[in-house]
Amino acid sequence: MKTLLTVFLKEVKENLRDRRTIMSALILGPLLGPVIFIMIMNVVLTRELNKADQPVKVPVIGAKYAPNLIDALKQQGLVPQPPIADPEAAVRDRDAEIVLRIPAGFGDSWRKGQTSQVELIYDSSQSDTGSTVGRVKGLLENYSRRQGVMRLVARGLSPAMMAPVAIDERDQSTPQSRAGMMFGMLPYFFVLTVFMGGMYLAIDLTAGERERQSLEPLFANPVPRWKILLGKLAATCVFSLVSLLICVIAFGFCGKLIPIERLGMRMNLGISFAAQVLLMMLPLVMLLACLQTLVSAFAKSYREAQTYQSVLMMVPIFPSVLLSVTPMKITDWMFYVPLLGQQVGIMQLLRGEQVTPVQLSSCVITGLLVALLAMAATAWVYRSERLAIST
Amino acid sequence: MIEVKDLHKHFAAVKAVDGVSFTARDGEITGLLGPNGAGKTTTLRMLYTLMQPDRGQVLIDGIDVATDALAVRRQLGVLPDARGLYKRLTARENIEYFARLQGMDESLIRMRCEQLVKALDMTDIAERRAEGYSQGQRVKTAIARALVHDPRNVILDEPTNGLDVMATRSMRQFMRRLKEEGRCVLFSSHIMQEVAALCDRIVVIAHGRVVADETPDALRAQTGEANLEDAFVKIIGSEEGLAA
Repeated sequence: MKTLLTVFLKEVKENLRDRRTIMSALILGPLLGPVIFIMIMNVVLTRELNKADQPVKVPVIGAKYAPNLIDALKQQGLVPQPPIADPEAAVRDRDAEIVLRIPAGFGDSWRKGQTSQVELIYDSSQSDTGSTVGRVKGLLENYSRRQGVMRLVARGLSPAMMAPVAIDERDQSTPQSRAGMMFGMLPYFFVLTVFMGGMYLAIDLTAGERERQSLEPLFANPVPRWKILLGKLAATCVFSLVSLLICVIAFGFCGKLIPIERLGMRMNLGISFAAQVLLMMLPLVMLLACLQTLVSAFAKSYREAQTYQSVLMMVPIFPSVLLSVTPMKITDWMFYVPLLGQQVGIMQLLRGEQVTPVQLSSCVITGLLVALLAMAATAWVYRSERLAIST
Repeated sequence: MIEVKDLHKHFAAVKAVDGVSFTARDGEITGLLGPNGAGKTTTLRMLYTLMQPDRGQVLIDGIDVATDALAVRRQLGVLPDARGLYKRLTARENIEYFARLQGMDESLIRMRCEQLVKALDMTDIAERRAEGYSQGQRVKTAIARALVHDPRNVILDEPTNGLDVMATRSMRQFMRRLKEEGRCVLFSSHIMQEVAALCDRIVVIAHGRVVADETPDALRAQTGEANLEDAFVKIIGSEEGLAA
């Protein structure tokens, strides 16, 4: 225990004196996520909100063929713009989000009581136009329905004939669950922070020490190698844990900075959220520290270790990608799988649902077991003769 | 006392150490002499339990390396071939770290640190971080941390490697003092003059085998060469890898 503490304290002291480690583990790693997050969310949200409030400006070609339609659209917040020569090209080049074209025959077919056509020209592959297109479509359909009703009434028929089925939507989402959908990348930020927080130590304490030729004298001391390893792992864990703590707190403040309520969503990143996230992530902190050290024990140099780390970094991406590509129903077995369990657990918290004690404990316990296995594997590799030899 | 009996160690097809036996006694300086690649470092690494021999036995003060490696390490002070320091720690912190790993208590650590800092003349660097130390300052710090627990047996792998004339001289003096204190000093070198000037006993290694184990005088007499360097060349049978 004393050996472990000696190694731990020395590694912490040494790394606190290293500006690069501090930058990456305690500043850049944990704060990058929240900062990027705030920026993206603010841009997205303000744009969505602005679009909803503001009148839509739409270039209209052939406005003179349908003056009544244009007047009705104006009343609902559409601002007709002068026509443009080549609407297809303008839409492709993003000069216009959407263009309305009214053909010359509009008035004729209208007067005959037939279906008159209008054209909407847009590019659905440009995602930022989606909400504008939706609004303009809605305005046109509204107008069409109203006129249809009036035609029926004029012929003495009931408007109900036009609508044999009425849809009444009852959306079961809550303000929190809608927010949860939006923040699906949050769990990955947490995992990434843990990874970044421990990475430099894991490299430095094994591959780095070997490269600097201090591992051989260290192993000449009368202490078993596994005790040295445990001290080093503890230091790595503490750095990534502190990193995670900073990240979780930063996200807590983040929640207040994003004007999410205005979209009818709510996000609770308070203390109980933070505590549950930390508890779920704890085994992952240990597991990643062990894996990072293990990988770095195979590397002959600092550089090689860095290369291995970047490959290892791909691993935590899998559950995030998996869940976003094939949205699955969250079931209990997922909590038994490290990484996946944390992912679904945090998602569930974000949606404002409870993580049951069984789910929580299965997530933590299997995580710890796997971490212990990784630790044993690392200790086994640490026994190797070649580990200490620098040249 | 260090007793080595019939040590073998191979890496893949290469027999690095192929039947090495010798004894290094207390109160004597024993030199392990041999050209580069003769197996000196590998032999020493087996003595301080970093590597396991394929065959053979090592006894340090009667304790078998194979049965109680930790006890052996307590009896040994080792300056390995690799002498990396922790650059973000001061010399004193470097020494204290190893002292704590030796299980010494804090008051003893402080006392021994003071002694060593004085003995190795490193007062000027004791509180400075190891980043930017000269080669000599690095070796001094590495020796201090190797000897902090006051070991009976001292193993030094090429201790004067990379040192300038002045630093080499003070290193030799320091080794003589270790001998006068009654310790068993074993060091490796490929430099003739150094071994001749220091050793009570010379063990010459070539191609993983002991080719001579004598006092310097006996070595000269045995080969019929008055000059120790010529004697050395004659013993190892070639001038390959020899650095004077």
